[in-house]
Amino acid sequence: MAKKLLLENDHISGLSNINVYRQHGGYRTLEKALKQMTPEQVLEDVKTSGLRGRGGAGFPTGMKWSFLAKPEGVARYLVCNADESEPGTFKDRYLMERNPHLLIEGMIASSYALGAKTSFIYIRGEYFYVARILEAALNEAYEAGLLGKNILNSGFDHDCYVQVGAGAYICGEETALLESLEGKRGNPRIKPPFPAIAGLYGCPTVVNNVETIAAVVPIIRDGGEAYAATGIGKSTGTKLISASGHINKPGVYEIELGVPVEEFIYSEEYCGGIRNGKKLKAVVAGGSSVPILPADLILKTAAGEPRLMSYESLADGGFATGTMLGSGGFIVMDEDTSIVKNLWNFSRFYHHESCGQCSPCREGTGWMEKILHRILDGHGTLQDVDLLWDIQSKIEGKTICPLGDAAAWPVASAIRHFKKEFEEYVRNGRSIKDVKHYYRLNNLAEA
Amino acid sequence: MMTAQRIIKRYPEGKHKSALIPLLHLAQAEFDGWLSSGAMDYVASLLKIQPIEAYEVASFYSMFNLKPVGKCVIEVCRTSSCWLLGAEDVVRHIEKKLKIHAGETTSDGMFTLKTVECLGSCGTAPMLQCGGDYYENLTLEKVDTLLEKMKEEGRRRVYTKDDMIQI
Repeated sequence: MAKKLLLENDHISGLSNINVYRQHGGYRTLEKALKQMTPEQVLEDVKTSGLRGRGGAGFPTGMKWSFLAKPEGVARYLVCNADESEPGTFKDRYLMERNPHLLIEGMIASSYALGAKTSFIYIRGEYFYVARILEAALNEAYEAGLLGKNILNSGFDHDCYVQVGAGAYICGEETALLESLEGKRGNPRIKPPFPAIAGLYGCPTVVNNVETIAAVVPIIRDGGEAYAATGIGKSTGTKLISASGHINKPGVYEIELGVPVEEFIYSEEYCGGIRNGKKLKAVVAGGSSVPILPADLILKTAAGEPRLMSYESLADGGFATGTMLGSGGFIVMDEDTSIVKNLWNFSRFYHHESCGQCSPCREGTGWMEKILHRILDGHGTLQDVDLLWDIQSKIEGKTICPLGDAAAWPVASAIRHFKKEFEEYVRNGRSIKDVKHYYRLNNLAEA
Repeated sequence: MMTAQRIIKRYPEGKHKSALIPLLHLAQAEFDGWLSSGAMDYVASLLKIQPIEAYEVASFYSMFNLKPVGKCVIEVCRTSSCWLLGAEDVVRHIEKKLKIHAGETTSDGMFTLKTVECLGSCGTAPMLQCGGDYYENLTLEKVDTLLEKMKEEGRRRVYTKDDMIQI
């Protein structure tokens, strides 16, 4: 069995109860941090661990923490990004629902390292029931003296609150999240200044993903070096993968980074192979935003090496032949899947979720959705495929936040690897009634 | 009102506008599942902000309904894995059964059908949400049972209440 750090107690029922959590070692790590370690030592452990942000960007967490400004007399904040909205990703929901205290323990320990007296868990509004689970767990922690004043007689004070969003993918972008937390529309901010200098209420702020903060607990417990010894190369530790699509066993799996992709898809321990004995056609390995790869390139790199579930191996070959680990939203598509239609589904998503601040993204996402619809509807031309390519290239890198890139990459990669399929749609003038029907639904829903 | 004051107290002095989204949720739950301009004005007055600040936020987020809705708002995920595994069929089936299109409300005011973007339930696709509850691994039969039970109970379902129907 693979090493588990976040889901090691997942089989225990009632883990969301603080007593059960404590029976299995819960909050002992916090005690260790508060009583035996200085904040600097905790930060050092996180740096040594090599932990990288688990929300999608993969930025080294220790480095992000060390950027935090510490002016005298100014409050600092830790904000947990639980706005999990990347299509194909559901690991944070799983973790918070089943083991809310792990996140809370991580929040308090991380806040101790950062010197933050207040923290917020910003959770997407649709996860309302999960927010309630978190609130119940927070109340238990307050009653047990693990939150509030003078936690475990350490002299450290901390308050943690759950804040619900209200349905906006863009609020997963950290500055949009902060805007939303301040009670505004989720429009991303221009950086710099980065949140580490001027974040929530203009104060120095660290924003980390749920899984990142949870991973801080085993890092402090076992030490940064022990964590760095797991995984492969610069992809240290374990990662939660949300596996979905045409597989036999969809679900959340904790893998030690470095598992071969082929093993992940076909072994009984993980996805259990493709449904109904079909063949693998393509995989989106890290949530809808990352480039789609055809079966041959997801299983092996362009150089013929086995592709591994790690930041480096998935990115091998750049975007020409590689992709990204992203959020770990692993979407598997079988041989019957229409790549063009799937892309239209993604493009509609990005059009719907664009906040509208930057013209390339606001207009471009809409154009891409319309052109893809035209192609699917049998009215496309070969020039439309070039036009799609042109539009995506003019969105990428030209917007305030990465939503523009996220909308462009799926289009670019689908054309790069499946151009023939686009041309087939154009040539055969294939009319797909489903799409027409659905497009109408979309317009009505927006009315 | 008590809850509202408790929420406002979470934030530092002068930063009470942070309570806007939580309060709009409360107001929507309290006032028949949607936000009239009166409801938004009331929230704005509680926070001592201009009404336009409440309107601009309410219109940005997809969970806030700015028109009256049915007692049960059926939100079917249409993105990515749910789409791969038959979300379109679920939507079409509900449309046929309720005799409405997505975005519309049944004439008896019982159901509103919405199609929504990824709800983070991709491993249990296809799925729909009603109130605060997730209904996952849907089949058309499960949808039928669910709609019938909802109609039988006839209750309004809101995000803030926990009242899952077993199907």
